[in-house]
Amino acid sequence: MKIEVDLVNIDGGNKGSVLRLLDRLDVSVNEVDQNKMPDGNRPLILPGVGAFGAVMQSIEKGGLSSRIIELVKQGTPYLGICVGMQILFDQSEETPGVAGLKLVPGTVVKFTKGKVPQIGWNKLDNAKSNGYEPGYAYFVNSYYAVPQNENDTLYSAEYHERYCAAVQHDNITGFQFHPEKSGAFGQTLMQKWLSDVAK
Amino acid sequence: MSQNNLCKRIIPCLDVANGRTVKGVNFQGLRDMGDPIELAKAYENQGADEIVFLDITASHEKRSTMLLWVERVARNLSIPFTVGGGVNTIDDVQALLQAGADKVSVNTQAVKNPELITDIKTKFGSQCCVVAIDAKRNSKGIALVLIKGGRENTGMVAFDWAKKCVELGAGEILLTSWDKDGTQSGFDLELVKEFASNLPVPVIASGGAKNSESFVDVFKEANADAALAATIFHDGSHTVGAIKNILNQEGVQVRIC
Repeated sequence: MKIEVDLVNIDGGNKGSVLRLLDRLDVSVNEVDQNKMPDGNRPLILPGVGAFGAVMQSIEKGGLSSRIIELVKQGTPYLGICVGMQILFDQSEETPGVAGLKLVPGTVVKFTKGKVPQIGWNKLDNAKSNGYEPGYAYFVNSYYAVPQNENDTLYSAEYHERYCAAVQHDNITGFQFHPEKSGAFGQTLMQKWLSDVAK
Repeated sequence: MSQNNLCKRIIPCLDVANGRTVKGVNFQGLRDMGDPIELAKAYENQGADEIVFLDITASHEKRSTMLLWVERVARNLSIPFTVGGGVNTIDDVQALLQAGADKVSVNTQAVKNPELITDIKTKFGSQCCVVAIDAKRNSKGIALVLIKGGRENTGMVAFDWAKKCVELGAGEILLTSWDKDGTQSGFDLELVKEFASNLPVPVIASGGAKNSESFVDVFKEANADAALAATIFHDGSHTVGAIKNILNQEGVQVRIC
């Protein structure tokens, strides 16, 4: 049976490349927003390009963020990409004073060394396995998450300092990198997540 | 110095005219090299980290044909790609990004209207704003900025222009040496080093790639963040994968597929 997902629409976010990856993987995509709320029958994907505050503001319209929190707490699988991962946490240095979804304890901070944003391919090292393989992924980010519980980190990477490149906590997954731009390896990661949540 | 594990990138560059990949000397006698999507996909499979497409179509129908092939590229590639060549307005940029390009490269128009760089940064973010700089040394060895495909020398010092571009919002500098381009004598290491070591954004070195040694040198000696080449990949004499294997043996951090 064809896998179906709910893709959360964000103002100004670039969902095109995620849509194209899902299309290559023959996944059926149902776009959701404040006018067409997710019902929890399909896993949620939140692709995020943009600022933490802008993304939160966009999904707070019409109570969409409250619905997402409710569904995820009830067990609906969630995949957040880039800022879609960062908003899982309590708050971010990018937009002080704006609360995140608070689904994973921790904060989001800015890189303090080197050329910022980090743009390019970096090596993912397993912090835990959960069946995910190490490999190289494509990043475009100035900020990264610092989970309160070390055990939530799925992958870490090194950019002048060791940082969290992916999280996994029960039904919640976050990729700081872009699987849709990470070649065959990125596609494998997406397939892995899809096959886990389709079970 | 702190550890930066970011991989050095290898970027094949394709010239596109009327939706076909072409190759010629100084834009004369263009030869059809095939479908840009097929070529780009082949480079992706070889391990290319990114692809740069430069549209050199001269006709008025340029924009519509350009958007068509950019959309096809986006559907077929799963690595980032940059599109340049005649990007004149913020609307051009928006159309290309909407068609699926990850980054847009500006050159002549950025010199004529530097505000374009700031507009791209403000509207879409500096991560998608590549400024291409064509540099040629004068008799004193100072690299100056050329525009209009090398036909006009602006007299501006290339490094000063690059610093200005970064202040305005450029996220990356694509630096082509016109003294080296097409010569297959190696990259201009001194020039690349000046840019890559002193600018706070990634620098892509271009012009002069000859063999794997050129890449080892430009990364190890000149500190480039990425290196671009066309001829040595198109003529089949080198694959991206073979060059990366040698870089890896030489201790340069690259993405091995």
